[in-house]
Amino acid sequence: MSDWIEACAADDIDEEDVIRFDHAGRTFALYRSPEDEFFATDGLCTHEQIHLSQGLVMGDIIECPKHNGRFNYKTGAARGAPVCVNLRTYPVKVDAGKVFVQLG
Amino acid sequence: MSAGMVIIGAGECGTRAAFALREMGYDGTVTLVGAEAHLPYERPPLSKDAMVASETPSIKAISDAARLSEHRIDLLGASSATSIDRANRSIRLSDGSDLDYDKLLVATGATPRMLTLPGLGARCVYLRTFDDALAIRGYLRAGAHIAIIGGGFIGLELAASARKLGADVTVIEAQPRILMRGVPAEIAAVVHEAHAAEGVDFICGNGIAAVNDDGTSVRIALASGRAVAADLAIIGIGAIPVTALAETAGLTLNNGIAVDAQLRTSDPNIFAAGDCCSFPLAVYGGRRVRLEAWRSAQEHGALAARNMLGADEVHAGVPWFWSDQYGLSLQIAGLPDEGEHTIRRDLDDGAFILFHLKHDGRLVAASGIGPGNAVARDIRLAEMLIARSAHPDIDALAAPSVKLKSLLAA
Repeated sequence: MSDWIEACAADDIDEEDVIRFDHAGRTFALYRSPEDEFFATDGLCTHEQIHLSQGLVMGDIIECPKHNGRFNYKTGAARGAPVCVNLRTYPVKVDAGKVFVQLG
Repeated sequence: MSAGMVIIGAGECGTRAAFALREMGYDGTVTLVGAEAHLPYERPPLSKDAMVASETPSIKAISDAARLSEHRIDLLGASSATSIDRANRSIRLSDGSDLDYDKLLVATGATPRMLTLPGLGARCVYLRTFDDALAIRGYLRAGAHIAIIGGGFIGLELAASARKLGADVTVIEAQPRILMRGVPAEIAAVVHEAHAAEGVDFICGNGIAAVNDDGTSVRIALASGRAVAADLAIIGIGAIPVTALAETAGLTLNNGIAVDAQLRTSDPNIFAAGDCCSFPLAVYGGRRVRLEAWRSAQEHGALAARNMLGADEVHAGVPWFWSDQYGLSLQIAGLPDEGEHTIRRDLDDGAFILFHLKHDGRLVAASGIGPGNAVARDIRLAEMLIARSAHPDIDALAAPSVKLKSLLAA
């Protein structure tokens, strides 16, 4: 198993929102759900390589800012045109107010 | 045995409809009739990324052949419908064969409005298809001079692409400013400045008196007496709906094929969707509009598919549109001409949003421009407020520190 990487403080992400996290030349998106849980996915939309962190989180959906492609950020499942390729997800844990991601 | 579903037009709208029929569980035959020989592809990149990415643009397919086949969508490429026999529910194809339908969707799109002047020739071109894009790409290189006739989105996106490739560009617009149709002056000014900073020459408020294309260059004489010489003239003066088939079949037309809120034509077994149809927009009290936009083409395709299967669902969307030029992205939700006054919200990096409101405070449109996707989230939230006919707090709209999302809960 790969290491847990410290990504940000839990308070850096608003409830039902997303931020960008870059690490080792890769880009990711970190989410805080309305239920106050944390999730991580690849940072770019599978349709046209757009940063999802500028998109809108609604419930368990992240919507791409460019063409409104939708994914369930908890599972990575593509949820409608124009996206048809799922998003990769990563394990997340919160410890002492810090968000950690396991980037395989 | 059921005749199945037939879709005429394999663009964004028709292709989306074909997949949506399968997503709805439809098990009969789905036939997609496409005029072009290519697989269904995305048109938006043709003026932008595809034009600058390489010397030979490649197609961004909506679906590859395997996915079409997996969904049992029969694509008849390089094929068109020449007539509709409504009484027998059958269409005649360009190869002379007939194809029966249970329900028919006409998604024939739009075609460039032609410049009707004598003197146009091989160096005067339009952009609609991938093959058009390939032909234009061959002219875009350092030292070439490209004249763009029409300061609309297609023309301006091509101007940006041509400048990126080092060509000299002159944009000729008959109206006093670029983007007169549907884009507020404040936003158009930002686009204009960005192009001017990149070295694009603008001639606005000046009609064309004559064009002389001798096959190796084009000379455009303007009403003012000035003349522009170019290696290529790209004409982008709007698009007209493709309605000949529907008209011959006796379907009602009204700025395109007239459909109701369920996208049904005057024949209950025939639907029309996308750029070729006009439809009532519920959000503006049923105002009849025809849109030429990628996302509405998709939404129409999906809605038409559901209604072909009997869903009886009405269109409830808000128009949404974007354009990319250089590093700037513009987005518009709703129709700004519905607004009676505007509120401005300034974001970081020079990005801003204009909220267009009725006198009674109802939000009817939002338009924004900025680097990258700076305005995307707020425009999306504005779209949701527009759909709800919300009367948002004006001070909150103007204050970037107030999250628009908080207004949705109100």
